Amino acid sequence: MRLALIPLIVFLALVAFLAVGLKRDPHEIPSPLIDHPAPAFVLDTVAADTPRFSPEQMKGQVWLLNVWATWCLPCQQEHPMLMQFAQQGLVPVVGMNYKEIQTDQDEAGQPLLPATRLSMARTKTAAWLKKHGNPYAFTVLDVDGRVGVNYGVYGVPESYLIDKAGVIRYKVVGVLTPEILAETVQPLIQKLNKEPFPQQPVPKAS
Amino acid sequence: MTLQRLSSVFRSATASLNSGAGVLTFRFSFVFVLSFALACLAFFANAVQAKEAVPLGDAPWVEARMVHISEELRCLVCQNETLASSRADLAKDLRDEVRDLIRQGKTDPEIKTYLVARYGDFVLYRPEVKPSTWALWWGPAVMLGLGLITALWAVRTRRKNAAADAAIDAAIDADTAPHLPQVPFSAEAQKLVDSVMKNRE
Repeated sequence: MRLALIPLIVFLALVAFLAVGLKRDPHEIPSPLIDHPAPAFVLDTVAADTPRFSPEQMKGQVWLLNVWATWCLPCQQEHPMLMQFAQQGLVPVVGMNYKEIQTDQDEAGQPLLPATRLSMARTKTAAWLKKHGNPYAFTVLDVDGRVGVNYGVYGVPESYLIDKAGVIRYKVVGVLTPEILAETVQPLIQKLNKEPFPQQPVPKAS
Repeated sequence: MTLQRLSSVFRSATASLNSGAGVLTFRFSFVFVLSFALACLAFFANAVQAKEAVPLGDAPWVEARMVHISEELRCLVCQNETLASSRADLAKDLRDEVRDLIRQGKTDPEIKTYLVARYGDFVLYRPEVKPSTWALWWGPAVMLGLGLITALWAVRTRRKNAAADAAIDAAIDADTAPHLPQVPFSAEAQKLVDSVMKNRE
């Protein structure tokens, strides 16, 4: 009698596994960078007359790094959400424009110089932000996508929540939805804002 | 110009057909026409194939090692393609990254560690053996083992039941048809019959 229940139990376990598998998005790959320091970089910003940006500048505050591009359609869908989020003024949002210029040749088929690509990226990004609104405290340009590789970017948009000490605490792959913002990101920001900084080493009692 | 040449070749070919020592000249000019046509074909084929071959961009040994490593890595965009075969933009970037690391003299495990640190175990087609991947590595073998044990157990039970049934049949025969030759029971069979009869009561 009891033995007859075994196939049923096995079957139910299988159903449970499959049900969980159905709900999971195979494109969402867990990031190994969570709880690791955000990779350092120095990148040009969209305004040519401002100094280059480094995550070092954000030490001491919680901030959101949003990876996007003007050619990315989901980013356009995400944009109103980001505008709203930025207006709340919870944390500064830094935009990292990822591989804005998708070609490495000009119209004549000649290879583009890095400086040309940078200025092209600047023009396109600035024009887009002017037209649609700018949620970013800083907008940096990762023209060749090398910084993106260090952050494990494999699709845009992606967003990283970074704490006061410069450690990545959360990553959102895909569009930031109002649900993700309200249920996960904002509570986490409140928690991270309460963490002390600078984290002074505990003085040893002599 | 080419047409003129072609027609003159043809004319000489037809003319030589009529002359005495014609066979040799005809053969010669036929070969000439054929090779000329082939040359034309080659020229036009070249014109159609206007796109240049993708430059290897590197020393062949860098390329060979890059392909060797990338075949063990998964493209994160297409997920079921290797980094070596994927045409996705990100795969191209990552191949460039791998080339760079090779040129810096990094070893294969170092390059894999570099990518795992950024993209997680998911990039490896052959994930490292560690507690979190044990289920992945040994799960199938464990499942197979469990299946074999279950099958073995099922077969044993069935055999036992068959033996019991045979013994009971014999007992019934002995009861209802005493004229049939009696099959002596072994002590074991008798025990079996007793237990089965007791259960069935």
